[in-house]
Amino acid sequence: MKVKENMALYIRYASVCTQSIMEYKLSFLLMVFARFMMAFGELAAIKFLFAGITQINGYTYGDILLCFSIVQMSFTFAELFGNGFKGFSGMVRGGEFDRMMLRPRSLILQVIGSRFELGRTGPLLTAVITLVVGIRHSQVAWNLLTVWTAAAMIAGGMFLFIGLFMLEASFCFFSIEDTSLMNVLTYGAKAHGKYPIDVYGKGILRFCTYVIPYTLIQYYPLQILLGKSNHWFWAFCPLGIAVFLLICHSAWRFGVKRYQSCGS
Amino acid sequence: MKKYISFFKLRFATKIQYRMASVTALTTQLIWGLMECLAYKAIAEASGGSIPMDYAAIVTYIWLKEALLVLFNTWAVDNDLFSMITNGDVAYELCRPVSVYSMWFARTTGARMAEAVMRCVPVLCGAFLMPGEYRMTLPVSGVSFLLFLLTLFLALGITVTFCMLVYMLCFFTISAQGWRMVLTGAVEFLSGNIIPLPFFPGKYLSLLELTPFAYMQNVPFRIYSGDLAGREVCQCIGRQIFWLAALMLLGVIIWKQAEKRIVIQGG
Repeated sequence: MKVKENMALYIRYASVCTQSIMEYKLSFLLMVFARFMMAFGELAAIKFLFAGITQINGYTYGDILLCFSIVQMSFTFAELFGNGFKGFSGMVRGGEFDRMMLRPRSLILQVIGSRFELGRTGPLLTAVITLVVGIRHSQVAWNLLTVWTAAAMIAGGMFLFIGLFMLEASFCFFSIEDTSLMNVLTYGAKAHGKYPIDVYGKGILRFCTYVIPYTLIQYYPLQILLGKSNHWFWAFCPLGIAVFLLICHSAWRFGVKRYQSCGS
Repeated sequence: MKKYISFFKLRFATKIQYRMASVTALTTQLIWGLMECLAYKAIAEASGGSIPMDYAAIVTYIWLKEALLVLFNTWAVDNDLFSMITNGDVAYELCRPVSVYSMWFARTTGARMAEAVMRCVPVLCGAFLMPGEYRMTLPVSGVSFLLFLLTLFLALGITVTFCMLVYMLCFFTISAQGWRMVLTGAVEFLSGNIIPLPFFPGKYLSLLELTPFAYMQNVPFRIYSGDLAGREVCQCIGRQIFWLAALMLLGVIIWKQAEKRIVIQGG
């Protein structure tokens, strides 16, 4: 009952946000186009770089495209659904968050619902094109396990980035400093996650496993997808993101508990 | 001229206030740069020496890009100006006995230079302290350093005149936000911010050299590392001057048009 009610509320939020954006249709279309183009530029960059080489660290052009597409897709979905957390410092400063606390509804639902932005979907088109090209170029043996792996990587990645956005928002409770350091973890991961993480060397691979678990949605399942490893259980690594999300959620709850308006 | 220098100074002084905010930005940029160096390292190894740019030149390019990011990123345009145009405060700007184009040009340049001065020193210190092959190199010669400075200013001029065109666009459309994203996204790719221009395939590159985008950050950064040398440098400087003049002229003409038809609605 409660889930159903919340879903209805979220859909209502999303449709109101979409309606308000649609008041400026040209602006909306341009923004979708711009985001599509920026992602497309990165795709072109990969193509140009691969003009002189056939593989990086044993990954072919098709493999890199698959990896790029999956990361791009998960980030786009995360931005679409978790956009509210990104603008959270503004909500706190403007007193909007205080008003939300007065309402007898889930805070997270209100935060993410009130900033649903359909214009974020631009890169999705690039990601789908890349996925198709990538599938044609790479020799992935498609079966139940690999399909599951690809889907789990996208979904897991989405939750990972939403978790990071939530963590970033939680910092707003404690500090008014700008959170550009978090940008490395979100935008940086999107930009640099186009190459499988082992390309960057052992040190980075360790950081991305034990500090922020990017490898759970990228490196390990990717080995299964590309048929480079026999550890079938690596296909289920993306499930581990649930733990990460739980940690981010407790940081958020801790912040909410200690929150004392910023008085504006 | 004196008053425009004051606008420049004013904006410079405002921006230099935010010195501490750049500490986190510094860490961000160092990590970002290092990640790029690592990725190009893998690419250079995979190519077996047939890479269009020397690896040391790529590393230097990346660090210069990180250090001087604020000079050339077109997405960080002056938001005050945009809100001024949309909320009608631009009326006050029109009342002043100065040329609006020159005033905005001066303040944009001032803001960019202040931020660049603040950020480039720590980022460059970090870049010179990087281990082994990820360390930034010194300029190949004194002459090339001087040429680097000269082309850097010209490139900044081209970038700012381009941003001025984006501001002007705001007078003609209410979807300024959307246009701005399209334009700045295109510039980011075409000016060599995502990958250095030498990596572009020949036919695209020769097309790109007909546009102002190839004369933004591409020229100074490659002169610094010696990737661009000899007669090509003179050619590039000539074209930089041409584009700076052309874009400025275009901006002034558009401004004259905008000034004529401007309507301030309430406010």
